[in-house]
Amino acid sequence: MNTAETRYVGVFEREDDLVGATRAARAAGLRIVDAYTPYAVHGLDAAMGLRPSRLALVCLVAGATGAVLKLWFELWTAVVDWPLDVGGKPHNSLPAFVPITFEVMVLFAGLATVSALFLVAGLRPGRRPALVADQVTDDRFALVVEPADATASLASVRALFDAHHAVDVRARVEPAEEAS
Amino acid sequence: MGEVLVGAAPAIVSGRKARVQAAAPLIAGAKSLADVTRDVCAPVGRRPGAAWWAAFLVAVAALGAGAAAVAYQVATGIGTWGLNTTVGWAFDITNFVFWIGIGHAGTLISAILFLLRQRWRTSVNRAAEAMTLFAVMCAGIFPLIHMGRPWLAYWVLPYPNFRGPLWVNFRSPLAWDAFAISTYFIISATFWYVGLLPDLATLRDRAKTALGRRLAGFFSLGWDGSARTWHRYELVYLLLAGLATPLVVSVHTIVSWDFATSVIPGWHATIFPPYFVAGAIFSGMAMVLTLMIVARTVLGLQDYITVGHVDVMARLVIATSGMVGLAYLTEFFTAAYSGNAYEQFVFLNRAAGPFAWAYWTMVACNVLVPQLLWFRGVRHNMALVFVLSLFVNVGMWFERFVIIVTSLHRDFLPANWAGYTPTLIEVATFVGSFGLFFTLFLLFCRFVPVIAIAEVKGAMVADRHERAPAHAEHVP
Repeated sequence: MNTAETRYVGVFEREDDLVGATRAARAAGLRIVDAYTPYAVHGLDAAMGLRPSRLALVCLVAGATGAVLKLWFELWTAVVDWPLDVGGKPHNSLPAFVPITFEVMVLFAGLATVSALFLVAGLRPGRRPALVADQVTDDRFALVVEPADATASLASVRALFDAHHAVDVRARVEPAEEAS
Repeated sequence: MGEVLVGAAPAIVSGRKARVQAAAPLIAGAKSLADVTRDVCAPVGRRPGAAWWAAFLVAVAALGAGAAAVAYQVATGIGTWGLNTTVGWAFDITNFVFWIGIGHAGTLISAILFLLRQRWRTSVNRAAEAMTLFAVMCAGIFPLIHMGRPWLAYWVLPYPNFRGPLWVNFRSPLAWDAFAISTYFIISATFWYVGLLPDLATLRDRAKTALGRRLAGFFSLGWDGSARTWHRYELVYLLLAGLATPLVVSVHTIVSWDFATSVIPGWHATIFPPYFVAGAIFSGMAMVLTLMIVARTVLGLQDYITVGHVDVMARLVIATSGMVGLAYLTEFFTAAYSGNAYEQFVFLNRAAGPFAWAYWTMVACNVLVPQLLWFRGVRHNMALVFVLSLFVNVGMWFERFVIIVTSLHRDFLPANWAGYTPTLIEVATFVGSFGLFFTLFLLFCRFVPVIAIAEVKGAMVADRHERAPAHAEHVP
């Protein structure tokens, strides 16, 4: 977004209140910017309407790539580049190539998936955490919403959040170009 | 808190919920979320007490002795060990397999029990995974120094070289081992670090010193508990668990193939992979108990690592003890049934030969002593479980010693028969590996939250929801 936006932050003490407020805010036509929680709250992704992550695809593709590359490499070294007779075994000892192929598949898949997570979530050393409220890494749950148009006022958002036992509601002007 | 609820509405309480409500709560002491943060973070960065310093100094001294022994051995040669041309593997490979096995319980708890949705794992998974990492480090030392010229260790990697290039023999279980162990270490470390991210952010936001804030801030990668990140994180955690589960089975399977693909009677057996994996989890679970029973007392975490947690782990010890015992019997049956004179001799020699004392120590520690854990009174007596876990640790070390040394020392030709006695250097190296392990573990207890804070919070809230579904606002 290019202009400064007014966002509203509601702080809750319990996950049920957060999930309830998220549902209510979406129903009221507010855009859910993000929520901040001390642990993974189940059902929150559905309440926020998040699409399933595609990181599983990264895992699959990287694992398959690792396996294919490693198998090719084993066959190339053992059959093409320098075929050696090891105890009379065939140069193409496919079953014996399986264990390392498996290990390399796991290695590629694991490292690629975690790297992709860091990349898409923007996690890196030196990143400034968006701590919209105190204690969101301890025992508070924060919800950040943005009005779709100018009709929503702080009062209406406060009423909506208060119905879900918010302990704090405030407006927050976002500087432009901040990564959320 | 759940006891009154069981009778309240029997018609609507399902079987699982009834069981959950009847059992003790996952986390004792009706903790709030802030209590969990405070209790687990309290030991981090606190000035350690005399007990910690005493343990640390002993561990560092042992590590120093080991380092001196390794330095002497590398400078002088493998001749400083008690090995001979008949017994070519002994203390070194015994220690290697022992430490790798220890590591496996960490992955069982972190990955397999995660896939099985065992909530109790959240109290012990962080420490168990740390144990895995440190145990794999200890294990890795032994093959390295066994090479005799450890500065050429990179030769096990297939890299383009000026010797042809001569490639690694990918048909060899020893090459498989190098890949399996390094992959296992890298993936375990990644899994551990990813699990640590939210807790590092918690540490960062509580840090009282600028240095603490900067360190935790650097390593937490700007984690802020964003639900969008959690959403992806949960999937990645699941994927890593799904990858680590077959990985951990593959690692000890491949270690067992180091033996099973040879032609040595006593090693050449198809039962080896499941036998080794079960034994690994058995020994690792015993080591988790050894460490956690001490840690919960010293760090004051009895409400998090409850008697219930120890009870469940003790049950896993009995189960795997049974599997290991069955494998011991099966080996004898297979030898008898094979009609192969060499195979039969090896097993008779194990039970009645010069190393019979080691064999019967193994059977007593691994099969007989753990049977005491059938008794609830024993499982709930922390001191007793601690002592029993030490027996299992000893027994599982002897299992590897018995497999390796008794199979080798009297092979096909009686003219080749030999004995084996470890030298002081080998013993010091072994002691040094314990020194390394405990040095790292004590530093871990001092600088990292030993319990996965975020995971415990999630599991604790879910546990309470199941206990009191009607009024779910039970987190104070």
